[in-house]
Amino acid sequence: MLLASLPLLGLPLAGAATTEAPTQEPGSSGEPPPGLALFRWQWHEVEAPYLVALWILVASLAKIVFHLSRKVTSLVPESCLLILLGLVLGGIVLAVAKKAEYQLEPGTFFLFLLPPIVLDSGYFMPSRLFFDNLGAILTYAVVGTLWNAFTTGAALWGLQQAGLVAPRVQASLLDFLLFGSLISAVDPVAVLAVFEEVHVNDTLFIIVFGESLLNDAVTVVLYKVCNSFVEMGSANVQAADYLKGVASLFVVSLGGAAVGLVFAFLLALTTRFTKRVRIIEPLLVFLLAYAAYLTAEMASLSAILAVTMCGLGCKKYVEANISHKSRTAVKYTMKTLASCAETVIFMLLGISAVDSSKWAWDSGLVLGTLFFILFFRALGVVLQTWVLNQFRLVPLDKIDQVVMSYGGLRGAVAFALVILLDRTKVPAKDYFVATTIVVVFFTVIVQGLTIKPLVKWLKVKRSEHHKPTLNQELHEHTFDHILAAVEDVVGHHGYHYWRDRWEQFDKKYLSQLLMRRSAYRIRDQIWDVYYRLNIRDAISFVDQGGHVLSSTGLTLPSMPSRNSVAETSVTNLLRESGSGACLDLQVIDTVRSGRDREDAAMHHLLCGGLYKPRRRYKASCSRHFISEDAQERQDKEIFQQNMKRRLESFKSTKHNICFNKSKPRPRKTGRKKKDGLANTEATNGKPLRDLGFQDTAAVILTVESEEEEESDSSETEKEDDEGIIFVARATSEVLQEGKVSGE
Amino acid sequence: MGSRGSHAARIPDGDSIRRETGFSQASLLRLYHRFRALDRNEKGYLSRVDLQQIGALAVNPLGERIIDSFFPDGNLRVDFPGFVRVLAHFRPVDDDDSGMRDPKQPEPLNSRMNKLRFVFQLYDLDRDGKISRHEMLQVLRLMVGVQVTEEQLESITDRTVQEADEDGDGAVSFLEFTKSLEKMDIEQKMSIRILK
Repeated sequence: MLLASLPLLGLPLAGAATTEAPTQEPGSSGEPPPGLALFRWQWHEVEAPYLVALWILVASLAKIVFHLSRKVTSLVPESCLLILLGLVLGGIVLAVAKKAEYQLEPGTFFLFLLPPIVLDSGYFMPSRLFFDNLGAILTYAVVGTLWNAFTTGAALWGLQQAGLVAPRVQASLLDFLLFGSLISAVDPVAVLAVFEEVHVNDTLFIIVFGESLLNDAVTVVLYKVCNSFVEMGSANVQAADYLKGVASLFVVSLGGAAVGLVFAFLLALTTRFTKRVRIIEPLLVFLLAYAAYLTAEMASLSAILAVTMCGLGCKKYVEANISHKSRTAVKYTMKTLASCAETVIFMLLGISAVDSSKWAWDSGLVLGTLFFILFFRALGVVLQTWVLNQFRLVPLDKIDQVVMSYGGLRGAVAFALVILLDRTKVPAKDYFVATTIVVVFFTVIVQGLTIKPLVKWLKVKRSEHHKPTLNQELHEHTFDHILAAVEDVVGHHGYHYWRDRWEQFDKKYLSQLLMRRSAYRIRDQIWDVYYRLNIRDAISFVDQGGHVLSSTGLTLPSMPSRNSVAETSVTNLLRESGSGACLDLQVIDTVRSGRDREDAAMHHLLCGGLYKPRRRYKASCSRHFISEDAQERQDKEIFQQNMKRRLESFKSTKHNICFNKSKPRPRKTGRKKKDGLANTEATNGKPLRDLGFQDTAAVILTVESEEEEESDSSETEKEDDEGIIFVARATSEVLQEGKVSGE
Repeated sequence: MGSRGSHAARIPDGDSIRRETGFSQASLLRLYHRFRALDRNEKGYLSRVDLQQIGALAVNPLGERIIDSFFPDGNLRVDFPGFVRVLAHFRPVDDDDSGMRDPKQPEPLNSRMNKLRFVFQLYDLDRDGKISRHEMLQVLRLMVGVQVTEEQLESITDRTVQEADEDGDGAVSFLEFTKSLEKMDIEQKMSIRILK
């Protein structure tokens, strides 16, 4: 959207626009020139960057302090704490400086604070999940936002007509619609911040979060349209303008997405050629994504959509092209920037609220708005879900709907938009500002605080309150795993003609264009080395008869064996398992006798040790914890064990297997990240051909590259995986040789 | 119904499979497409390798056992009816099934008993009708991360078997198994909603 050029940060720079001359002019009044000054206080030169750095530092320190107390952070989401901190700081500044400085300026917000968050979300969004639920997301984003905007605006107008809003609030229907449009948008920053605390299932999370991202286009269009209508004066609005408004919705959203995709393409293409200049790879990612944002902003298209599409589109190719270190660098930098931006936003929100010169209070308006947004959101969600469930494969149940309507938080975007209103055109701006502040605070604080207990209460209500026996715990996990496995067999997401077509197209044209060809060759070299290293081990492994779990002689990289853990106390286990531990609070509370204590210890052990089934994973869009390690570790362990077993069964049935000579070309493994990370399909392995074997062992261990992966495995595991493949290949080669030599 | 009829004709023995498993036409078609997609070389049957290529199964602790469950009695191939028969266990339970069922007909594959039996067979590898302590230990080993030591695993196994074992034979029979899970909502936990 077009922004008026607003001063950055609104700092009182005006007075210090010119830097002081470092030395005094030689006085013509006859003063003797002062001696060389050893030390000068040059605040004004560094003021702007220093303050920026200081704010970010304060925010980070605050975060550290919050996390010192586990209890607080488990109850109160960080966003609340930050807003409250902002309030306190704002109060201090107000008291000291007698005027409020440091507001959340829309310019800073839209240009610097919002892009990192959106980029981070877009880049780490699980694309498969996103596109599966695209219908639902679009419905909620477009229809839902329009519904919210119009109903809220109309209801508020009705409230005014009914006299509940004081007449000093001079606003017409159009003004209320404008206000409705900016207050009705669900905010991605707030949603992400709060949903991190609440473990909802993936589908729900992606729907709410996707909605919050995609409704930007609608909000932008509505806001602009209503704003220009207001400026034109409601009498001058003609029918053609309404049509233009509707058309601009399509233009803005599709245009924004197109811009994003163009930049995604550029990004993927350029990373293909950065082999010799690895160091600039992270920079490229950030710059091109930011350029996408700015370009869309410049063309007054939806910038959030642009960045989201850029992140979604480029991820697969970029991840394949850039080096491992760059990947890590990109991941960490993105998370850091996004986390930092989010922190600053919430703090500034708190600070901005303190400045009472900017807002004016009207109880009717405020209370009415609060009530209406909650009510109409709930109503809208229920209606749309009812419609959507007719078409969806997996329907959204009541709890999902409750979480969706309750989780529609408003945040900084609404605030920035309301500040941008022109007071001359919209005389009621101050009242709107106050209302927006209250709404944002209410949703972030109250809804943020209560959503977790609410979810827990709703879920707990369904299950029974009895102390689960060891059996039940174990079997429950078993069931979850079985269900996940069968879902994978069935192809849980159904047979999608278009997705298959898209993947074919991608394989044939896009991947070849955008992915680095040399990646294959590099992998081959690693393979070669591993092969040579491991063949000795492979032979001995085969000779040993392959003890599944106690083979300490097997030097597979970083494979922990059960016996190698000297001692594990229960507390260690609990700490490792982190927040995913089960809620067996009753077990802890009722520990009395020795047997009970032992029981409880066993429960903890089991709980902490059991592999978590797929459902319970936190969405990887978490900004506060890059805790994919636990999941990766689990996946790695399970994968290695499974591979070992397959090897076992292969060996045991080697006499029964008919060696198919016409095997499909052995594909190298690479496993996709949750969000559809590409992997290269090797067309062959050159060293393999030299050895002249194509047999089932290779195929057993290759993983279908096109299959959807729920796991979060990273590229680092590929080397481990290949280690196992080598074991297997070497094994089968040995076996073949054995067969040939007439065993 | 005309076009639907032609679809059913494409699936060999479509009608008899439907009767046996209770799947709807749409679900059956979906499963058939899936079967064909998994069947790499269009052999007309699935082998272990085809199922192992489903990547997500490689990171599922019970993945191998699930794959094995598709190949009962040491078969190396599973055809479409066999494929569907296993998946029928996961069909959601219809509410009208229980009331109007003809008691002479065998229980539908997705009844609670049959679901439990399916899981039991995953545990009971040697098919002796009992989960011995050794088998329980093996399952636990599959499901638990490597940071739990052998001794701890063994003690957990002992307690688990002890809890469920009522007749004191040191193994868990099917009846004991069912009893230990009577409070659990099996119908809901072992159902895939899309397989109506």
